[in-house]
Amino acid sequence: MTETMVEKKIYPSTEFVSGKWQSEINVRDFIQRNYTLYEGDSSFLAGPTEATTKLWQECCDLFKKERENGGVVDMDTKIVSSIISHGAGYIDKALETIVGLQTDAPLKRSMQPFGGIRMAEGACKSYGYEVDPEVSEIFTKYRKTHNQGVFDAYTPEMRKARHAAILTGLPDAYGRGRIIGDYRRIALYGIDRLIEDKKEQHASLDGEMNAEKIQLKEEIAEQIRALNEMAQLGEIYGFDIRKPARNAKEAIQWLYFGYLSAVKEQNGAAMSIGRTSTFLDIFIERDLKEGIITESEAQEMVDHFIMKLRLVKFARTPEYNALFSGDPTWVTESIGGVGVDGRPLVTKNSFRYLHTLENLGTAPEPNLTVLWSTKLPHNFKKYAAHISITTSSIQYENDDMMRVTHGDDYAIACCVSSMVVGKEMQFFGARANLAKCLLYAINGGVDERLKEQIGPQFRPITSEYLNYDEVMERFDSMMEWLAGLYVNTLNVIHYMHDKYCYERAQMALHDRDVKRYFATGIAGLSVVADSLSAIKYAKVKTIRDENGIVVDYEVEGDFPKYGNNDDRVDSLAVDLVKNFMNKIRKHHTYRNSIPTMSILTITSNVVYGKKTGNTPDGRKMGVPLAPGANPMHGRDMNGAASSLASVAKLPFHDAQDGISNTFSIIPNALGKDEVFMGDLAVSFDPGCCEASLN
Amino acid sequence: MTEEILGNIHSIESCGTVDGPGIRFVVFMQGCPLRCKYCHNPDSWGGNVNQQMSVDEILEKYDGVKEFCKGGITVTGGEPLMQIDFVTALFKAAKDRWIHTALDTSGILFNKNNTSKIDEILKYTDLVLLDIKHIDNDEHIKLTGLPNVNILDFARYLSQNGKEMWIRHVVVPTITFNPDYLRELGRFLRELKTIKALDVLPYHDMAIPKYESLGIDYPLKGIQPLTKQEALEARSYILEGLRKKN
Repeated sequence: MTETMVEKKIYPSTEFVSGKWQSEINVRDFIQRNYTLYEGDSSFLAGPTEATTKLWQECCDLFKKERENGGVVDMDTKIVSSIISHGAGYIDKALETIVGLQTDAPLKRSMQPFGGIRMAEGACKSYGYEVDPEVSEIFTKYRKTHNQGVFDAYTPEMRKARHAAILTGLPDAYGRGRIIGDYRRIALYGIDRLIEDKKEQHASLDGEMNAEKIQLKEEIAEQIRALNEMAQLGEIYGFDIRKPARNAKEAIQWLYFGYLSAVKEQNGAAMSIGRTSTFLDIFIERDLKEGIITESEAQEMVDHFIMKLRLVKFARTPEYNALFSGDPTWVTESIGGVGVDGRPLVTKNSFRYLHTLENLGTAPEPNLTVLWSTKLPHNFKKYAAHISITTSSIQYENDDMMRVTHGDDYAIACCVSSMVVGKEMQFFGARANLAKCLLYAINGGVDERLKEQIGPQFRPITSEYLNYDEVMERFDSMMEWLAGLYVNTLNVIHYMHDKYCYERAQMALHDRDVKRYFATGIAGLSVVADSLSAIKYAKVKTIRDENGIVVDYEVEGDFPKYGNNDDRVDSLAVDLVKNFMNKIRKHHTYRNSIPTMSILTITSNVVYGKKTGNTPDGRKMGVPLAPGANPMHGRDMNGAASSLASVAKLPFHDAQDGISNTFSIIPNALGKDEVFMGDLAVSFDPGCCEASLN
Repeated sequence: MTEEILGNIHSIESCGTVDGPGIRFVVFMQGCPLRCKYCHNPDSWGGNVNQQMSVDEILEKYDGVKEFCKGGITVTGGEPLMQIDFVTALFKAAKDRWIHTALDTSGILFNKNNTSKIDEILKYTDLVLLDIKHIDNDEHIKLTGLPNVNILDFARYLSQNGKEMWIRHVVVPTITFNPDYLRELGRFLRELKTIKALDVLPYHDMAIPKYESLGIDYPLKGIQPLTKQEALEARSYILEGLRKKN
């Protein structure tokens, strides 16, 4: 800066509207009192700056290099990742307005062995790297991992169920994820204030000690340690985040350091960021008003922040990637929604986030999720629809439904799991394969592929034709067994994850007493519903191998199929969901968490299908199960609405963690484009053919 | 109780977004007297019995998805007016329940000297989606097998009787994608007073696999689908005809 230049103001002088948020950690209160609803259109948005375009090009070059290298640019094999394990790393320091990388170089994968050393070794090996022998030794001999803890406590039955894939995708060798820290707290309060709060929490647990209190007390001590390291992480990059952020740029940067701390320590199955756009808008709006930044600078910071989220990567094994169909990080950001007072939570920054898809081009991450309500401002709906049409990169979820349970400051973890930010968390629990469970009911617990006794040795069905009542009776007992085994397996997993791979950074950004959900899931809903329907309404003949195990089925006659809005079979699906959930509810869940269930295999259904034998609905071994609550492929004959109507009957109360029905549709089948001229109420007088679309 | 009429139904689509306003419950009727070369439902041509359904059965299915299909019911085909008694009964019952009704027809079966049945069905029809296949009579015969006289009569009749309509026109390269024909169509539309929308449909060849599976030769082999740009161009020719005084 030359001496003659007038020094530009970098900090605003206006104070925020005061309230409860000042006397307690309460980000929601801050938002409600300070945000500016924006109902205008998208014309205010700014395109990418030169720096943004250049920086993103450098990122794209790196992505290209990563692909050419066979999947990774570089991997850490010696440094165990922690919040402060690495020095500062940059893409191009001169261009970046928001800084911070997981390691010291972009896309270099960090090493995170606390979930399991074998997973870390496997991930390295699959890309031609080898974990430093000393690290391997430490995490084998001296420092136990989550994975080892789990296997120390697994029963033989749990191991078998896992091996046979009646329980699948269990987070017993990798990070469970699905926990969203309230990263906004750092921007609003600064680290010092958060530590002070945590110290009070720690002291509040003095007195009589029991296992639960001791566990929590130890965890809070860990959280305080993590907060201190976050402050050090700030220092590494030259910032003092012990104090609250003073302007928009600091707010984004402080918030991002919180998230960065989380992904430096947790290679979770879903590392979502929360609900940050409207919170940050408050800072941006103030800076704009005081002339500290321009719209273009505001967009630039948002673009650079989103760019950072696009760079988040983990070291994972090919098997892991097969299960999740790629290498997803599920950096889900929840945008919009409506407040409990009826004011939409849409701000200019809600637009800016979506606009990154135009400025940087489309990308699957971060997973921008619009919390959709009928009451969202029309202009925002229009813009979101426009971005959807041009980029196919927005996810929508029903805010009107979730607001009832979670209020107006919840966010989505992964794809659909909703939780109040900083107040609720989830124990991710993968899935139980109900299709396999039905086969076990028929074969008395013998696995149809492995031909081994996996489930309890109940009486198998010996008749040639399956009898509905008999099958249902056996199936009910088998589900009873599976539900118990499943819950107990997850109890082991989450106990050990807390013990050996605790999410101290994310939990430091939570309240003391967190509401925990125990998230179970099921796979194979439609296969089971159709199988039961076939047994009930058609005739199903069993085909047995030389040992009398049923290995195939012949269906004689037609039967109602799930996905056609036919109550005869849809009711079977509904009962199945209720029934299994109620069996789950019978069991004690770790840390008194609240059991929930999801029906949302989106990609893993393919892997589960490979491991499930022929089923009584006529599906053949290896054929993928339908994703989530979808009808089986090709069996819904009456179009999307009937298919959706079947799915909509499933009780949300019993599947609170989410129900998915994935379907794709060719764009032309979604309605008219601008070739269509509707609303021609105006006369056809010469020169008067203006069209508007309804 | 009168004897229950059954409809011969080709299929049902519970989430139709292109056949009338809103998301609609679309009933495809079996059977059609035309043999349009670009037809994308050749499996609906014949009069062979497919699924027999009663009015109540259809409305029951509609009830199951009405939360999604707030637009209403569209009957298409095939040619729905081949089963005019059934469709009349269906629309009558639908109007009793305040459901919006749309009739997607070519109008080929219209006879201006005997309109009693048409008058009856129009009483219960909110909107007619009228497909004008070709404005030139000779070309119409080549394209569909039959003349367009009844169709144009029907359009005028709808206009005279104040019945709202959407005009649909499929634009096919080398057949209807022709400025002169399109302008002529526009000039014809000038006469009509109740047009609510003009729906220019670009020709596509997505029906080819259907023809293959039915063992029918695809008549438009080699003709490329119309691009969106061309569709806009076609529309502008129609609008030109609409605007210009002859």
